[in-house]
Amino acid sequence: MDAFIIQLLNGLDKGGAYALIALGLTLVFGTLGVVNFAHGALFMLGAFVAVAVRRILQLETVTVDPDRLTPWGSPMEIRTPLVQAWLGDFGEVLLQYSVPLSILVAIPFMLAVGLAMERGLIRFFYRRTHAEQILVTFGLAIVLQEIIKAFFGANPIPVSAPEALAGSANVGAWLGLESGVYYPWWRLVYLAFSILMAGLVIAFLQFTTWGMVVRAGMQDRQTVGFLGINIQRRFTVVFGIAAAIAGIAGAMYTPIVPANYHMGMDFLVLSFVVVVVGGMGSVAGAVLAGFLLGVLQSFVSMNEVKDLVPGIDQVIIYLVAVVVLLVRPRGLMGRRGVMEN
Amino acid sequence: MQMTTLRQDFLFLALFAIAVLTMPIWLDPLGANYPDLLQKFAIYGIFAIGFNILFGLTGYLSFGHAAFLGVGSYAAVWAFKLFSMNVVPALLLAMIVAGLFSAAIGYICLRRAGIYFSILTLAFAQMSYNLAYSVLTPITNGETGLQLSLQDARILDRTFGIDATGGIPFPNFFGLTMGGYGGFYFCAVLLIVCFFIALRIDRSPFGMMLRAIKSNQNRMAYTGFNTRPYAMTAFIISGMYAGLAGALLAATDPLAGAERMQWTASGEVVLMTILGGAGTLVGPIVGAGVIKYFENIFSAYNEGRLHAIFSFLPDGLENFFVTVTTPFVGEGWHLTLGIAFMLVVIFLPGGLMEGVRRIRSLFSRRKSKPEQAELAPAE
Repeated sequence: MDAFIIQLLNGLDKGGAYALIALGLTLVFGTLGVVNFAHGALFMLGAFVAVAVRRILQLETVTVDPDRLTPWGSPMEIRTPLVQAWLGDFGEVLLQYSVPLSILVAIPFMLAVGLAMERGLIRFFYRRTHAEQILVTFGLAIVLQEIIKAFFGANPIPVSAPEALAGSANVGAWLGLESGVYYPWWRLVYLAFSILMAGLVIAFLQFTTWGMVVRAGMQDRQTVGFLGINIQRRFTVVFGIAAAIAGIAGAMYTPIVPANYHMGMDFLVLSFVVVVVGGMGSVAGAVLAGFLLGVLQSFVSMNEVKDLVPGIDQVIIYLVAVVVLLVRPRGLMGRRGVMEN
Repeated sequence: MQMTTLRQDFLFLALFAIAVLTMPIWLDPLGANYPDLLQKFAIYGIFAIGFNILFGLTGYLSFGHAAFLGVGSYAAVWAFKLFSMNVVPALLLAMIVAGLFSAAIGYICLRRAGIYFSILTLAFAQMSYNLAYSVLTPITNGETGLQLSLQDARILDRTFGIDATGGIPFPNFFGLTMGGYGGFYFCAVLLIVCFFIALRIDRSPFGMMLRAIKSNQNRMAYTGFNTRPYAMTAFIISGMYAGLAGALLAATDPLAGAERMQWTASGEVVLMTILGGAGTLVGPIVGAGVIKYFENIFSAYNEGRLHAIFSFLPDGLENFFVTVTTPFVGEGWHLTLGIAFMLVVIFLPGGLMEGVRRIRSLFSRRKSKPEQAELAPAE
């Protein structure tokens, strides 16, 4: 039972990341009809926004105190982060909560990156083939990766979670179990965050007029255009939103997996599979498939299952994708008639 | 498509053969004349030709072609271990295994077209890669990679009395060792043979069918052709090309690792083909050459080298240019590759070969009446 709960949480956690990336991918595909291979790179950019915010907050002054000596006899250096010097205790809190804080930076930054990308590159590819879209965004992903590598180096950069959330929560006690089931706080936060974000996006599309128009545009772009609505502008904004979501998903993920320049590519392939399983262009499908595949993956990596079918944990997601594509190509929740062959 | 006669084709082939075989001479000024790199040119040329038979002709974009390359490598190393250090059984085994493997994968993947096909092939390649790393370790030797050892059976070698005393023997072709220039010429001859086959496929009715699949699959079906067997044949042929390339990689350096199957490796052959020009005969080989050249030569550039290149400029300018170009060479050569690739896809969808054709038509237009512009294939 304990192992079961842990695996369930692990799966939901991983699924959260898949869902948030896949959600953006599927939105972009549903609105603009573009297959964006650079979406993983946006996730990676977001992670490095968190790293950059951390680094900026950590800028420090070094003063030499001649009265105090280090054990080696040289004058002691006293380092104080600038924020702490300026804002006192509040500065320390800021430094502690650099990851959640970086969301505030990541949203406008990633929105800007997304809009620039759409206006600067993607819009020239609406009418090109999917293959060409894949290729150009693949090239862009390489470029973004390499730029990040040039600035931050090739080594993974860990970013710590706030101290208050660094420990583990006794999940078992909440559920009234005798034995303690401990799970890292930050992962629980990430899980809640990803559910919240996915819910927000779906609610935004479902319950606001703006979102309704976007959905109408996804169904029949031309008619919405005839009604005098500038649907293109809304789709561009949707691209920006998708970029922002991928970005904050990446920023929040840094305490779980250290930021490295190729993390986007690692997630990209899996999120594509998630999009396909959920149904191309279906937001709810992507979220559902993200969580489902995450949970499925963590369950089959339990030893009991691995002993039964060796190697299953390595291939399960792809296997599911293959079966879905062959049996039900429009995915779990794809609309009938959209990308069915 | 312009009509060509058999004589023109043979002339074309002869020119190609001369260009390939004289590579050590004309690549010397470019600093690329060393056997390892020349071998890579030839091997990845084969890989890209094979990929082009599938992607360039039928339009099916496979994102998992590296799986066949990897399978070919493993099969070749096993042939070295079990049968003989002669490359002939290794190449044959690799092509058979890769062919069977691609038949199995193609049978499933070709049920879907477009992006779904890409994702299916990607999924299969990733599965192979993950399995090669984990459960299949007895066959693939996992992370270490499959290596030769002195205790290998080498049945054929032993029965014919060719015994390995003093170290592990190197793969050879009836005595011609696969290292150095010998290896290069062997690969080069195979490249020419492969090119010839691709040329014949391109000119054949079968090639016409493949083009028909690309331009309009439905229309082809309406005229009474079953498209699946044609696409399937193209897929298997291209898988066998990849297997051959993998076997040659193993022959010139007898080691097979799973990283050859990773999806970034599949992406690389896509880059090569597009960069050179998908659907053209020479394009993919040019693309493979350019990328391997950049990978090996450009990545070795450093600041000192750049200073030497820009030394003809005044000091201030020299430093400026060196600072500007440093991020693009050495470690950063991938950045150059990414940018070059994007530019090609955006401005030259036909790849470098289209660039060549545009320049050529620019010149010929001045002399003679412009020919009717070639129609771009309807996508």
